[in-house]
Amino acid sequence: MDYIIQGVSQALTLLLKLDRELYSIILLSILVSLSATLIATALFVPIGVSVGLRKFKRERLFEKILFSMMGVPSVVIGLVVALLMSRRSIFGFLGLLYTPGAMIIAQVLLVFPLGMGLSYKLSKFQGRKIKNEGKLLGAKKKDLLILVLKELKEELLVIFLTCFSRAITEVGAVMIVGGNIKGRTRVMTTTISMLNSMGEYPMGIALGIILMLLTFGVNSVVYILHKGE
Amino acid sequence: MVKIKRSLLILLIGVLCSVGVFAKSNKDIVLATTTSVRDSGLMDYLIPTFESETGYKVKLIAVGTGKALQMGRDGEADVLLVHAKPSELKFMKNGHGKERREVFHNYFVIVGPKDKQKMSSVEDALGKIKQEKLNFASRGDNSGTNKKELQLWKENKIIPKGGWYIISGSGMGATLKIASEMQAYTLTDMATYLHMSKDLDLEIKVGKDQSLLNQYGVITIDPSKNKYINAEGANVFMDWISSDKVKDKVGKFGVEEFGMSLFVPDRKN
Repeated sequence: MDYIIQGVSQALTLLLKLDRELYSIILLSILVSLSATLIATALFVPIGVSVGLRKFKRERLFEKILFSMMGVPSVVIGLVVALLMSRRSIFGFLGLLYTPGAMIIAQVLLVFPLGMGLSYKLSKFQGRKIKNEGKLLGAKKKDLLILVLKELKEELLVIFLTCFSRAITEVGAVMIVGGNIKGRTRVMTTTISMLNSMGEYPMGIALGIILMLLTFGVNSVVYILHKGE
Repeated sequence: MVKIKRSLLILLIGVLCSVGVFAKSNKDIVLATTTSVRDSGLMDYLIPTFESETGYKVKLIAVGTGKALQMGRDGEADVLLVHAKPSELKFMKNGHGKERREVFHNYFVIVGPKDKQKMSSVEDALGKIKQEKLNFASRGDNSGTNKKELQLWKENKIIPKGGWYIISGSGMGATLKIASEMQAYTLTDMATYLHMSKDLDLEIKVGKDQSLLNQYGVITIDPSKNKYINAEGANVFMDWISSDKVKDKVGKFGVEEFGMSLFVPDRKN
């Protein structure tokens, strides 16, 4: 028990002392996951919403594939990206493996299906209504998508935050493609996992606390937005 | 309501059954080892025989030596198979272990990019790496290999620091892959290196230097730490792995594939 109490108190000291290594790890985590989520969002919002607004053949099949892709395991994404980017592979010439770039790519691939599925569903069940109302009120065809996006902006923000949560808490993909290199690709989740296997707890606990606060923060924003509906 | 109650009951029974299945029985031994004996395939080679001969079930937890020793200190493991002699002796001195035996050894090697760079000894290699700022991948994870590496730098009076010194914080396999990708040098145990060498763009730069000896030891944990420690099982494992029959088996491991023993048994005990 002692080592837990000791670990927690040392963790708090590290946090209050503004330990440089600790904060650079936190910063990198946020940078990687935020840019990955932003890139993914820029892709899945227009695609997901506009596909959701349309009726098309094979809709059921499309949904089946999309919804099963939403839960794609992060280690599988990590493995695929690492295989494609290793030096002897097709994208080896980019020299991206074990860099933050590779981590961002892996996380984009991870959260894209999730965001795509959620925004497609949102658009199908709420966007179509808005579109029809817009049509009745005489909106032009090209303005309809913008109208839908505007009306759904809060829900889309919730989807964005959900994706960010998924990205910043995952460990499988960033561990494989980043390699957990000190001062270069070490993020919160990979550091916690590593420190545990080293039997060193204080910094792991400190990072755990931050990660919890961050996800709690994000999820309470999501909750508040939901309540506002 | 009845339906919900019934399904809850079934769920409860299911949970209880699975707890029963996964709970630790006294036929289970928790063995904490270094990653090298797992990544090299040695444990997969030995454990099935041990289990069928003795009836015990081994729960293998492959972590760095630092963590394995910590698990021993915390009484989370019954027996350890590790390779950091100075730390092990300290562990014994502090009374965490009941008995320690040296079972087998091999040599660490320094591997690096397949280029013209020639290195005659550890001293020469480390000096050149530092001077020419050649990339070097360090485990940085408190493992036996990491401790050895830090000791080598210290013995050669070099402080490894700078952009060329890459700290992976990962196991041996992952670190070798990073070294191969970044064309860096690294210190590795022979077994893991040979096991992975066909997928690596690396070659051995320094081998068989006396300062690169890698000694493996088995330690049974002091059973007075807590009531969950399986002292009997730990003893059975220690006796088994240090028996002549098993040592012969260990000596044969890897010979067919690599033309050499990956782990050389220690005969004097």
